[in-house]
Amino acid sequence: MRLHADRFWFNTLGYILVGLFALVCLLPFWLVITGSFMTQESITLHGYTFWPSEWSLGAYKLLGETSAGFIRAYGITIVVTAIGTTVGLLVTTMTAYVLNCKDFRQRNYVAFYFYFTTLFSGGLVPWYIMMVKYLHMKNSILALILPPMLSVFYILIMRSFIAAIPEAIRESATVDGAGDFTIFTRLILPLLKPALATIGLFIALHYWNDWFNTMMFIDNEKIYNLQYYLYQVLSKMEFLNQAAAQAGIATTANMPSDAYKMAMTLVTTGPILLLYPFVQRYFVQGITVGAVKG
Amino acid sequence: MNTMNKGFWWELKKHKIKLLMLLPAVIYFFVFNYLPMAGIIIAFKRYDYVGGIFGSPWVGFENFRYFIESGQLWHITKNTVLYNLVFLLVNNLLEIVMAILLAEMAGKYIRKFLQSAIFLPYFISWVVVSAFVYNVFNYEYGSLNSLLASFGMDSVDVYSKPTAWVFILIFFSAWKTVGYGTVFYLAAIMGIDSETYEAAEMDGANIFQRVRHITLPALIPTAVILLMLSLGGIVKGDFQMFYQIVGDNGLVYNTTDVIDTFVVRSMLTIQEFGMPAAAGLYQSVVSLILIVTVNYLVRKAEKDLALF
Repeated sequence: MRLHADRFWFNTLGYILVGLFALVCLLPFWLVITGSFMTQESITLHGYTFWPSEWSLGAYKLLGETSAGFIRAYGITIVVTAIGTTVGLLVTTMTAYVLNCKDFRQRNYVAFYFYFTTLFSGGLVPWYIMMVKYLHMKNSILALILPPMLSVFYILIMRSFIAAIPEAIRESATVDGAGDFTIFTRLILPLLKPALATIGLFIALHYWNDWFNTMMFIDNEKIYNLQYYLYQVLSKMEFLNQAAAQAGIATTANMPSDAYKMAMTLVTTGPILLLYPFVQRYFVQGITVGAVKG
Repeated sequence: MNTMNKGFWWELKKHKIKLLMLLPAVIYFFVFNYLPMAGIIIAFKRYDYVGGIFGSPWVGFENFRYFIESGQLWHITKNTVLYNLVFLLVNNLLEIVMAILLAEMAGKYIRKFLQSAIFLPYFISWVVVSAFVYNVFNYEYGSLNSLLASFGMDSVDVYSKPTAWVFILIFFSAWKTVGYGTVFYLAAIMGIDSETYEAAEMDGANIFQRVRHITLPALIPTAVILLMLSLGGIVKGDFQMFYQIVGDNGLVYNTTDVIDTFVVRSMLTIQEFGMPAAAGLYQSVVSLILIVTVNYLVRKAEKDLALF
């Protein structure tokens, strides 16, 4: 098709405006990357800049030397994400499946039981007291695994994914005498692979980026997760000095502590940036399904 | 249906596997959502750790009285509502513009690249955003001041300027959510019947006219309904964003404190539970009233778009 003048101008406008916004979106990442390669000297002298006057690996070297706590935090996040996502995804899908069974007449009441929690909540204080005083979650890794596990929103999105599966498939299996759990595991789950990937990724992202639950419930440095560890590095100067002392490194004025903050930020986000090109389409799909549902 | 009169036990037996499959989620929401709802009575008590939720002494409306008389109620409600209104307007406007421009974009690869770029911030944790804030605005080493210095201008100490944070918050809210919302509006544009466009093109309408007379009118009702539905959440501040961007900087609480940051701060630093519980209950009740009202109005206007 020939490109008309109006189309040309509209597209040019699009490239400029969207391009500018995209630039703004990417710029902070660039600043973190360059910041992580600067020497403490040049940061003290010029501050963080768009292009370092000299490139240095000092911050990454320091990161390697003080990595014990950081690697443990990485491990905590990986374990919590893996367990939480697996269990959360299974329960979400199971629940969504039952909410779709037309022969289960009470399903709308059950759906409302879940839905109501999005309309009204007791607020943070009773929740916190419940977690700490009655469930004894203080300094327990369960405090990191349980709160992000289920979300009504994901159950509802999963329900619309399942609703797209022809009812006839389930009916014919029921006639053949298959029970609900068999139908769920043998018939429905295999058909749901893209949906499982979508919702699973949403849940996993939530776990990966969580720091709030650590702040609320964890005092023990040994079970800090990755984001909270980064938060400590960013907000407390002593935190790096402590880690250095534990690794047997003398704290000096030249220690690249400000580049270290940026290097730490980058390694924390690294896995997400690397996976992003491959997983993005699943998120787009999830949002689109949510959009259609309204 | 003859199942109607077969009774409760028959139903229970028939659906026992289904009920078992529902059980984990039912228990989960009972423990983490419904039990804390019962705990809101703490808003009417003076909390002590030993007594817990049920054993602490009643104080009537004391917590609410203190919350109102300290001036906090009005102050944080105003901040929360104003921020949310601005976020809603700015973000939705940007999202609609981005979605329309992207939908019409000719180059397939550049479109994919640009869309990926603006969607990327959605995947980043707020802690990482706080590293960005530190990198850019930090007084001594921030890249903003580096840039100003290279032009021979004076450094700015953003941390002591309350109004600056209003714009920083608006900026990062857009930065983080516009990509997500754009996907939403793109889906709505894809839902427009392509025949309408073809017919318009046949009649000689140019692209600006098509956007003006077909795309926008198709998106505006969706946008209005979306905005209305978001009104239910207008008294809820995004704690993670406010806390990570502003931090514990008491100098700027006047312009940056929202209900949620106030609640967490009172709880974790002052170890006071009664007043923040009262603030939380106030927030939940106002929010519920708003949701129900708005939903009633949406239902009247466009039944399919109502939430319930």
